[in-house]
Amino acid sequence: MPTVLDSLNDGLHRAFAEDERVLLLGEDILDPYGGAFKVPRGLATRYPDRVFTSPVSEAGLAGVAGGLALRGLKPVVEIMFGDFLMLAADQILNSLTKFGWMYGGPLDVPLVIRTPMGGRRGYGPTHSQTIEKHFLGVPGLAVLAPAALGDPGALLADAILRDPGPVLFVENKLLYLEPVRGAAHLPEFELEAHTLPGDYAPAYSLRIAGAPPPTLTLASYGYAAELARRAALQLAYEHEVFAEVLVPTRISFPGNAFFDDLLIPALRQTGRLLAVEEGTRPLGWAAEVLARAAEALGPQLRAAGRVAAADTPIPASTPMERAALPQIEDIVAAAVKMMRL
Amino acid sequence: MSAPDNAALYRALYLIRRFEETVLEEFASGVFYGTTHTYIGEEADAVGVLSHIRDGDVVFSNHRCHGHFIAYGGDLRALFAELMGKAGGVSGGRGGSQHIHWKDFYSNGILGSTTPAAAGAALAEKLKGTGALTVCFIGDGTLGEGVLYESLNMAALWGAPVLYVVENNRIAQTTPIELALAGSIPARFEAFGIPARELDTSDVLEILPVAGDLIAEMRADPGPRALILHTCRFGPHSKGDDTRPAELVEKMRAERDPLTIHAARLKKTERTAIEDEVNAEVTAAFAAAKAEPMPEPMN
Repeated sequence: MPTVLDSLNDGLHRAFAEDERVLLLGEDILDPYGGAFKVPRGLATRYPDRVFTSPVSEAGLAGVAGGLALRGLKPVVEIMFGDFLMLAADQILNSLTKFGWMYGGPLDVPLVIRTPMGGRRGYGPTHSQTIEKHFLGVPGLAVLAPAALGDPGALLADAILRDPGPVLFVENKLLYLEPVRGAAHLPEFELEAHTLPGDYAPAYSLRIAGAPPPTLTLASYGYAAELARRAALQLAYEHEVFAEVLVPTRISFPGNAFFDDLLIPALRQTGRLLAVEEGTRPLGWAAEVLARAAEALGPQLRAAGRVAAADTPIPASTPMERAALPQIEDIVAAAVKMMRL
Repeated sequence: MSAPDNAALYRALYLIRRFEETVLEEFASGVFYGTTHTYIGEEADAVGVLSHIRDGDVVFSNHRCHGHFIAYGGDLRALFAELMGKAGGVSGGRGGSQHIHWKDFYSNGILGSTTPAAAGAALAEKLKGTGALTVCFIGDGTLGEGVLYESLNMAALWGAPVLYVVENNRIAQTTPIELALAGSIPARFEAFGIPARELDTSDVLEILPVAGDLIAEMRADPGPRALILHTCRFGPHSKGDDTRPAELVEKMRAERDPLTIHAARLKKTERTAIEDEVNAEVTAAFAAAKAEPMPEPMN
């Protein structure tokens, strides 16, 4: 079974093969090293003229990509750690996402900034964060996050080739070595891929195979969705709580059909929503999911809650890091508690 | 290089001057809204540099972009309309004074933000093999922004044919350069191996050949270059925020006005004819913009 890393690498190679306007810029991306997390390995060997290993200049890189995109090329920028994205934040907020709108628009800015996020590897406070929440409310920015489901590489290739841009593509580090699971690999679940109207980014639903209708909806993305899936198994086998797990790959909000077409109809059946993310708890993706559910459902939403990281920096030490980040048992405990409501 | 057309140059300088004077004069009438940063005193820079660009060359500009836009060939009515927030403005009313794009011209109001975009645009044209150059205007204030130095480094590493034009008007909003800039301006570029030329003049005929040489060099040997133009801003930073002593500004106007300097090369009748024609053109553009409708609120 290919891993998420294999799939993303394949997606990059497919995009490079399909369109010669696709370029890659980033730090330490030449072979044989092939990038800090190896996602772009092999590209520099096959396409030496289209891969630009760069100085340590995240803001400049994002800006250069903006210029390349304005002039008709399709740059992909690798930011080595998601934590470094803040160095490029001004370019994202005031240039890349403004070009397409502020000149009267529409003007395509076809670029993808990919970056690994997340903890659980002991890298400490500045190399472990999940900070995409700071970018979820930026008008004009698509934020995508693959899970270990479906075809992460196809999502990346579509973002590069089909999106008018700009796109922030968030890859949780722990996903890289997860196998990409399809229905055949998940016999305990009924896995369904949902194509949403007007969107190339799919969403997925997972229900316990052969179980009664679900009474709880878990919403999650990225690696946290993998934890939610495993929690759903425990809930079914150990607590007889049957949850469905809904997993978007587009996590930014405007025009997001995930809510209207998938989550809200699901909640009309279950009435209970537990949103799970690896970012810190306040003001994040889960908070927006809960707010939208409450707005759409009012009193039909019987119970709503979040499982997220503690509102502190991420410690380096293993037991401390473990305590700061959401775990499967946290999801199970929150779900069990919610079922009493 | 052929002899410069002094009449055409005067016309180009005067067109910018009258546009900007009209903006400042009419702000009080309420027809404009928001902010503006006028180019009065610096006209020779835009005209001297942009006289050399060809179709397809890319220009990046900053908050003080009207002069660059007009020298690039931008439409006066559309720029007036943009400053008025009209639907027919350059950016449909979304951008305002600092955020305009037309053909291969782009401006942005975040200082320094355009410097990597310009390097990227230059690199794109090089990779596409179009032969197009990129010109990026920045001011002395932008020398304080870190992303500029990231951009210079990458432009040099990757041989991006971008000309960074530093317009040093010696003041950033209200802060004189002595309080904001340490070290040398040309050395900033030379440290990255970027050849820099420096001029302290408001004479378009001095800027024109130096800019022409640099641009010809870049066409023959694509890579970044810098042109540092020490200049004078006669107007306020924006609309009423000039803290400099009036006599200092008066002295600059007396000694460094690019229009006065260049007008001396024309016969009085020739100059008056140009001025009359431009006055009529600016007045007509202003009136046409003023008569246009405002945009639908949700556009």
